[in-house]
Formats: sequence, C-alpha cells, structure tokens
Amino acid sequence: MTTMRERFTAVTSELLDSDPRMALILADIGVAQFRESGVVDRHPGRVVNVGIREQLLISFAAGMAKEGFRPIAHSYAPFLVERPWEQIKLDFGHQGVSGILVSIGATFDEADWGRTHQAPEDVQLLSMLPDWRIHVPGHPDEVEAMLRAAAPEDGCVYIRTSISTNKRAYPIKGGRFSSVKTGSGDAPTVIAVGPMLDVVSEATADLDVTLLYANTIQPFDGETLLSVLQAPEVVLVEPYLQGTSAAEVSRALQSRPHRLLSLGTSRKENRHYGTSAEHFAASGLDVSGIRSQINEFVRQRVAV
Amino acid sequence: MNRSTVEEPGLGYDDLPRLMTLMTGDEKHSFSATSTLDVLWVLYSQVLNVNPSNPNDPGRDRFLLSKGHGPMAYYAVLAAKGFIPVETLPTFAKYDSILGKHPDGVLVPGVEIGSGSLGHGLPIAVGMANGLRARGATSQRVFCLVGDAESGEGSGHEAIALAGRLKLGQLTAIVIDNKSDSNGWPGGISTRFAVEGWSTSDVDGRDHGAIHEALVTPHSDRPHVVVASVEPKS
Repeated sequence: MTTMRERFTAVTSELLDSDPRMALILADIGVAQFRESGVVDRHPGRVVNVGIREQLLISFAAGMAKEGFRPIAHSYAPFLVERPWEQIKLDFGHQGVSGILVSIGATFDEADWGRTHQAPEDVQLLSMLPDWRIHVPGHPDEVEAMLRAAAPEDGCVYIRTSISTNKRAYPIKGGRFSSVKTGSGDAPTVIAVGPMLDVVSEATADLDVTLLYANTIQPFDGETLLSVLQAPEVVLVEPYLQGTSAAEVSRALQSRPHRLLSLGTSRKENRHYGTSAEHFAASGLDVSGIRSQINEFVRQRVAV
Repeated sequence: MNRSTVEEPGLGYDDLPRLMTLMTGDEKHSFSATSTLDVLWVLYSQVLNVNPSNPNDPGRDRFLLSKGHGPMAYYAVLAAKGFIPVETLPTFAKYDSILGKHPDGVLVPGVEIGSGSLGHGLPIAVGMANGLRARGATSQRVFCLVGDAESGEGSGHEAIALAGRLKLGQLTAIVIDNKSDSNGWPGGISTRFAVEGWSTSDVDGRDHGAIHEALVTPHSDRPHVVVASVEPKS
C-alpha cells in the first residue's frame, strides 16, 4: 500500500498537470519527491520552492491565490501550521483568499526527532480560525478523495497526512461521519478520528458501543452524532491534542444533558524520543489504554 | 485606463492635509501617516495604472500598503483620487466605517490587502508578482510600501531573498525610511536588497520628481527597491 505522502505526491502532480489553476508551494520539504514526479520542471511558475522560509511559504501561496491560483502549501505540520499561524490567519482568511494546506509529520510521526517535529496542536490551532475544513485522513484513498474534492473548490482546506493508516478507507461524504458499528440502546457513542479507527475498533471489539468514524473534524458533523446517539454519552478519540473537538461535541449536544470522555494526546510535554506508538501509549491511546478508559467512563455512569 | 489620468474628483496634493484632518480620534501613528504621504501621492498620480471606477480590473497595477500603521495619508489619497467618497473620511475608526486604523482590503475599494501586522505585505506581493508572471500577465506591476522599522521582520527578509532569486522584475518595493528602526540599518537599507539581487534607488521621500523617476526606472528582470528617506520620526 502506498503511503499517504506518496498518494499526496502522485495526486497533486496529476492535478498540476490537468488544471492550470493549481499551484504548489514548497519550503524544501517534498521537493525531491515532486522533482521526481516531474512537475517541478513541467510547471516552473506554478511549482515554487521558497526554501526554508515557512512564513513566506504561506504568504506567497496567498499571493498566488490573489492572482487566481489554487495553491497547495506543503511542509511538516509544525512548520506548516504552527510557525506561520499568523500568516494563515491573516494572509488567507483576513485577505479573503483561500488555499489548501497539506502536512506530513502528524502528531508523533517523527517522535524520534524530538519535540521540534511533533505537532499535536495543529488541529486545535486551525480550529480556532473560521471557515477551515480540516481533514484527518486515515487511509491514502481518503487523502486522494480529499485532494480531488478540494482542488476545484475555493475554500480553505487542511489535509493532515500521517504515517499511521487504517486497514480500509471510508468515503469522505462531504464531511459526514461514517457509521462503523451500532450498539444497543444503552451504548455510548465513540467517535474515532482518522488513524485512530483501527485502534479504537480493536479496543471496543467486544464492548457495547456505537462507533462512528470521522475523517473530517471541521466542520464537525454534529448532525450525524445526534442521529445515532443512544445513551447520552460520547467518547471522542482524537490522534492529537486531548480536547481539541470537545467543544464541538458540547455544541452538538447542547440540547441534551450528556457526558463526554475526550481522549487525545497529553498536554504535557513527553520528553522522550522513540516511536509514535510509544508516545500514543504514553497518552493512553493504545488498545489497552483506550479500552480501560472507556470501561471506566461507563462505570462512572450514574443512574438518573 | 491610463497612467496619471485616473478619474479625479478635482482634488490635488494641496488638499491632502485638509482631507487628513477629517479623520479624527486618538490615532497614534501620525508620523507613519505623514511619512508616506508624498510617495503615495506620486504613486497614485503618476505611476499606478489603476482606475477608481473599476478598482478590481485584472489589468491594474497592484499596490500593497504593508505598513498599515497610520493609514490617514492612504485614505486621503484614495479619496482624492475617487476610490472612496470624501464623506467617508470623518467616519474614520467608527464601528460601521470601512476605514479603520489599519486598512482592510475587503472593505475598502482599491485596497489590495488588509495590513497592520507588520511583515505581511512584501511576502504576499512576491507571491502576487510570481502569480502574474505564471499566468502570462507581464504588463501589470506590483508595488509594495514597507517601513524601515517593519523591515526588521524576518518574513520580509524571506521575501527579499526569494524575490531576488526568482528575478521578479514586475515587483517594486518602496521603503519609507524615517529612521524609526530601533537598531538602525548599518550600510543602508538598500544594501540589504542589493545583496539579494535587487536593483536599488535611494531618493528624498519628499521630492516628487525623484520619487517618480525612481519608480519608473526600468529594472528589467530584477525586482527593484526605492528607499525614500524622510525626516526622522523623532
């Protein structure tokens, strides 16, 4: 199976070849891959490497957008979203133009490179800005569908690729959540986001839960959540900062008393290297950690 | 649409001080406003290919005021040239006004970008100049006005470096130098651009003839910077 990054490179190259409105702005990251695909040489005005200048990466892309292009800006998540966050806020949103951001290096993908290359905060940062559609794909096929949907549009879109993938892809369905499993009338609803699905599926295999899969987290599909909700209990499992979408759940369920267990990566810096799996386990996001936290959440249920 | 012959409501350079006084309040950037006045006037009177009756014409020159602080001079020039009604000037900074203490490109006709956070204009301008060239629009030019203190922003240096590498001949930066940078620019501001491959002009920022000549000097396949010196801020 190709990686999300490989699929991003292939599909973006194809889009650049077929649509003269598309532009690709790089900051050294990904240049080798796109040179290999040939688009660097085929479209020199629309494929631009600004060098290691990430603030310029965003502003330059916004300038291209102002001249009618549909720019894709690409780099590692901390350098694409965190460092130039003000440029994203002002040069895209405030200026009234839009583009597509595609990151690699999700959360702890590059854990062995240390804190500088870890970006569990990116989704929360972008969630604070209006009108961003935030995709958290769990499979390379989803990356392709998201790119193909975003290319002809005019909105601001973030596609957060990862080295972690699920076994199967789900449709993007205009941002709607997919139903994976339906529990009994007393079952809590678990929302697994992006690459968390397989882990959550395994953790809840013999538990009575309704399981939803989300590969688009903004705008938040509260409608589907409400439609499947049985017991007023929600477990949100996100592969990034704990609580990132908790407010969205509360907003969706504001008319119903409810309980929420929000699982995600710890807000404390975990000053270790190692692997992504080790870091996720340290945040309780491995199979046993998720399972035990859901069981404890259900045990805390208070009869009303 | 011709240079220097945009539709003017009969207002000239001598009217600008009066227009600026229509904007009242506690604006604290009066030095910024007055420092840009002459360059803005020359740009809109003699250089920019823009039309107030069609401010979004794709064939227009682009002007980006990166130094969004103290936009009273900008608004006064836009009013004098017919982009905004003079009657809007007294609404300056009011809740329902289109004229804020930093300009908004979405609200104000003829304003390319919203600015105020320093260091954004030139990087966007570099992207716009590249975008124009990439789609074969080579007759339009992109002008971007920055301040000498603003030029300390790292994002500006990123833009200066790339514009030189890309040989963006359609791009002209104008640096208003009122000596407000806290640490100064040893060797002069223009040398920072020159080492990145820009052509440079240093002019008196109150001399309309010199400003005009510097702004229309051909610079072929290199970006161009005009450093316009005015009286020190304090």
